[in-house]
Amino acid sequence: MSDNAAARGDMSTCSVSKGCFVFKPSTKKRKLSQSTAHDFGIRNDDSEDTELRFVTCQSLWNQIKSETEKVQEDLNKQLLDNLMNFLSRFHSEFQEKTAEWTCRMKFREIPTAALVLGVNVTDHDLTFRSVSDFLQNNITPYIALLEAKDCPGIKNLMQKLMGQLMNCYVDVDSLEDEDYVQVSQNRIRCSMSSLIKWYESVTKKTDSETPSKKRTTSTHWQSPPVVVIFKDMESFTTKVLQDFIVICSQHIHELPLVLIFGIATSPMIIHRLLPHSVSSLLCIELFQSLSCKDHLSTIIDKLLLTAQFPFKLGEKVLQVLINIFLYHDFSVQNFIKGFQLCIVEHFYSQPLSVLCCQLADLQKRVHSLSHDQCENIRRLPSFRRYVEEQESGKQVALLTTDNFLKEETQKLLEDLHVYHENYVSVLRCLHVFTSSLPKYPLGKQIRELHCACLENQVWETEEYESSLQLARMLNKSDLVTMLQQCMEILLSSSGKEFDKTVEKLKKFLTEFENLEVAEAFQEQDVSISSQKELQKKTDLYHLQKTLLELKESRRSKKLTKFEMLRFEVVDYIDSLVRKYLVPADRRTLHEILYFNTAAVLRGHLNAAPRTALHTALNNPHWYLKNQALKCDGGSISNKAPDICIVYKLHLECGRLINLVDWLEAFSTVVMAGEEPNADTASSDQMDDIIHARFIRAVSELELLGFIKPSKQKTDHVARLTWGGC
Amino acid sequence: MPNLEHPAYPAAALLHLEGLVPCRESQVSMLLSIFGERQQFSFPSIFIYGHTSSGKTYVMQTLLKTLQLPHVFVNCVECFTSRLLLEEILIQLQSCSCETEPTSPVPCDTFNDFVRLFKQALVSRGLQDQTLYIVLDRAEQLREMEANILPAFLRLQELTDSNVTVVLLSEIVWELFRPNVGCFDPLTLYFPDYSIGHLQKILSQNHPPEYTADFYAAYINILLGVFYMVCRDLKELRHLAALNFSKYCEPVVRGEANERDTRKLWKNIEPHLKKAMQTVYLREISSSQWERLQHDGGEPGQLKGLSAHTHVELPYYSKFLLIAAYLASYNPVRTDKRFFLKHHGKIKKTNFMKKHEKTSNHLLGPKPFPLDRLLAILYSIVDKRVAPTANIFSQESSTRGKKCKFPLLQMKIVSVAT
Repeated sequence: MSDNAAARGDMSTCSVSKGCFVFKPSTKKRKLSQSTAHDFGIRNDDSEDTELRFVTCQSLWNQIKSETEKVQEDLNKQLLDNLMNFLSRFHSEFQEKTAEWTCRMKFREIPTAALVLGVNVTDHDLTFRSVSDFLQNNITPYIALLEAKDCPGIKNLMQKLMGQLMNCYVDVDSLEDEDYVQVSQNRIRCSMSSLIKWYESVTKKTDSETPSKKRTTSTHWQSPPVVVIFKDMESFTTKVLQDFIVICSQHIHELPLVLIFGIATSPMIIHRLLPHSVSSLLCIELFQSLSCKDHLSTIIDKLLLTAQFPFKLGEKVLQVLINIFLYHDFSVQNFIKGFQLCIVEHFYSQPLSVLCCQLADLQKRVHSLSHDQCENIRRLPSFRRYVEEQESGKQVALLTTDNFLKEETQKLLEDLHVYHENYVSVLRCLHVFTSSLPKYPLGKQIRELHCACLENQVWETEEYESSLQLARMLNKSDLVTMLQQCMEILLSSSGKEFDKTVEKLKKFLTEFENLEVAEAFQEQDVSISSQKELQKKTDLYHLQKTLLELKESRRSKKLTKFEMLRFEVVDYIDSLVRKYLVPADRRTLHEILYFNTAAVLRGHLNAAPRTALHTALNNPHWYLKNQALKCDGGSISNKAPDICIVYKLHLECGRLINLVDWLEAFSTVVMAGEEPNADTASSDQMDDIIHARFIRAVSELELLGFIKPSKQKTDHVARLTWGGC
Repeated sequence: MPNLEHPAYPAAALLHLEGLVPCRESQVSMLLSIFGERQQFSFPSIFIYGHTSSGKTYVMQTLLKTLQLPHVFVNCVECFTSRLLLEEILIQLQSCSCETEPTSPVPCDTFNDFVRLFKQALVSRGLQDQTLYIVLDRAEQLREMEANILPAFLRLQELTDSNVTVVLLSEIVWELFRPNVGCFDPLTLYFPDYSIGHLQKILSQNHPPEYTADFYAAYINILLGVFYMVCRDLKELRHLAALNFSKYCEPVVRGEANERDTRKLWKNIEPHLKKAMQTVYLREISSSQWERLQHDGGEPGQLKGLSAHTHVELPYYSKFLLIAAYLASYNPVRTDKRFFLKHHGKIKKTNFMKKHEKTSNHLLGPKPFPLDRLLAILYSIVDKRVAPTANIFSQESSTRGKKCKFPLLQMKIVSVAT
């Protein structure tokens, strides 16, 4: 938590005027959490329910965190099971050591699992952690995780590997080993042979040990494999990998090694990095981890489209998070971090967020609200809108009586919770329809639909209109399955309002069934009669005429029963949408549960440093909030900090800037406000001061990377930005 | 065929040796004559080179083992530092002649130490009156160690003043080794590639016990017919032979053909081997997967090889950043205006064409480019307005380091994503 707040202090440029936070490192955890809770209220003058807000925020985040971890675990299960199968197959092979002819003749390859993990590198750590935990718990204690940045050479790789496996300090080639012999046995020669020796001794030890002695070893296999995980295979140098594989393959008979390559791009990279002579030493099998987009969908499903958590994201905020995901990194972890930031920001900046809790706690909290908090409620725009709609007597009561307000608030909040529950169910139903339409006018994913519905009244959009049009053309079997799906969704939802809806859907379904029988008769009838007619007429003229008539009749034909029913179904869905999918920001008190300050989030997560720098230098008023600095257009105020003046002047120059001219312009600007009739001595002194100020400002600009000294002309500097070199 | 003869060694051992090293008799007899008798000084250093799996290591190992000559066998890839290499030699020396557990290894940092310790070890093991052979496999690795290691090994006999011969095994010729002037030139010996006849003979030697030698030889013949064009690696061929043999036997096991029915057997195995050439041999699918496929009788088409998964999905901006980097590294600067501006003015057509005809930029390879140019191209190729946010800059910063290596597209994608 403190990290987050600190990060906010670093990143947000707009908090300069509002206060900055100092976090002293504290050794005691309790003290830290207290001080953080205290900081939580700093920004708002009325630190309302700070403590409670902080606690609510923490418990909510903990719930969400465990939920995301569970999701991740479930999604990884398949991958882990496959890995387990793979390992066990090779393990049995290793243990057999048969003298069978094929085994003797075959070249012993190193089993290698290529894990294709996708480009979202930030998520890989989590996957690797779960893989290594899984292996540690079920198969083998001997796991080494290697990263490319630690292994520039084979020496470092071996050192790292042995260090992780043997859990001790390993020395390769240190120069200061006068005392090498006596120091310890911990220093081991960093070679494969010592690794093998270690492995033999370790396996022997565990064999002789009684299994009850060590709980962990009992679950492990006998002579467990040594798993070496290369986290980022692409970043390893070819030579290191090749050497390592060649060395390993020479000892595969003594040491049951298994390699796991973490691959971010495509498995092709293996062939690109390793020549055939080396890749022929490996027995590579491919494992695909879950796709990041699926992962995101599940996370959104579990975190946002659920009534489990009282905290919700507004449309803009969700859009920012999804955009960062799709446009920049594909990283689910970052998405969750962003979500966490939203929670913290919401509880931190919104004093009323104390009411953002489970329904069970709501009553108590509402009743313990202070007068100030009641005023806060009255100030909410959505609440003011609500008051205006009420009759005058109630208006007065709401604005003056705290107790009445509290009761009303509780009712409204409960309504809001119910609204969200219903919203989710109907949204899923609508998604069932829209996700199967051609070209997906409302998006393929439920998150797109969710965004569209939150943004504004979805039934007013063109896309909605066209998807209804398309839905009116669905065939019967699709329609029936969709209705069934909708019914399941509504049945599983906890909302009580849907009893009628379910009834209605059931009625539709039975009608469809009845249709089937009736229609079959009709169809046959029509076709037979028309054919008969065709057979009667023989001459061309009459034939043409009847065909035309047939066409006419078909065009103006009355709607069949099925079509009527279809219209009815679509209209019914439409009515559901209009009733339940009202955007959240139309609801009263939505500010309490929905976080919608996208600008803050964007500033934190997707900062634009260049723009901020330019604004700061070009328009210092923006950050300093000093009225004197307010200036319009291109004019330069002499009250501005020196660096701003210098910066503005430099914007007018070309690629090379003459320092003398620059100084001249600077002094003109600075002197503009001064009295012109100063005596010469003091003006000389003044000049020196201005000179010094100028030099300092220029060197500051150089430090910021806007200019650099030029070698072409000694009295010139070169511009580095915006049209510079 | 020259029979191995040497007065110093018993004829039975020589005969046994001859059976173990088929098709390498002449090399072995050459080596034997260089080695001379046990107590005779041999040539100080011998350099043996030949292509991959031409039997260098195997011949040396069997020769030294069967004749029970004192020797030390070290793989230079495994001993990646000079210290490891020297210590490994000493450790093996300590353990080679006596059966006792080797004492804790003595640190040996320099070659000077090595010579001293080496002499001690020789004396303590009583090897002064015999030639000791030090075989350094994969000797090309020695070039990457300290400059004195290779010349010193070449003159080890002189330096230690004892009866020792260093044998270097390598896949590259001696000319690529020669460290500097004044270095001792070893006796070079070439192991030629096995011919198809040799391969046939060697591979047929190890037939499975349940089938006759002729049957297996016929199989090897077919196998070589398919694979000889692409692979002459004995190890690889043997591996492939073992992998596919069960398929070859299938008709016999089912009773559809007898062992002499070569034509039928050939028809059965030939397409299978061709498929193997495209998949297992290239390591597109692993040998264990191949075996399972064979076992289940499935089509290899079901399993997608490694190369089938070429699709990489990238975030929106990363994709465009990559395209921009590609354009910036292959397009000359002067064409930027033409390609990325709306009103770029007239181009002198003839002039432009002429210059363009000279060489394809792809042949010249990617060129470095300034960061600003990359950004400018990015802004012009992305449809929407791109906010210059920190996320984009962070992606760039990782791209910048590799701007010259555009062909390593994959590498970049990774760095872009980080």
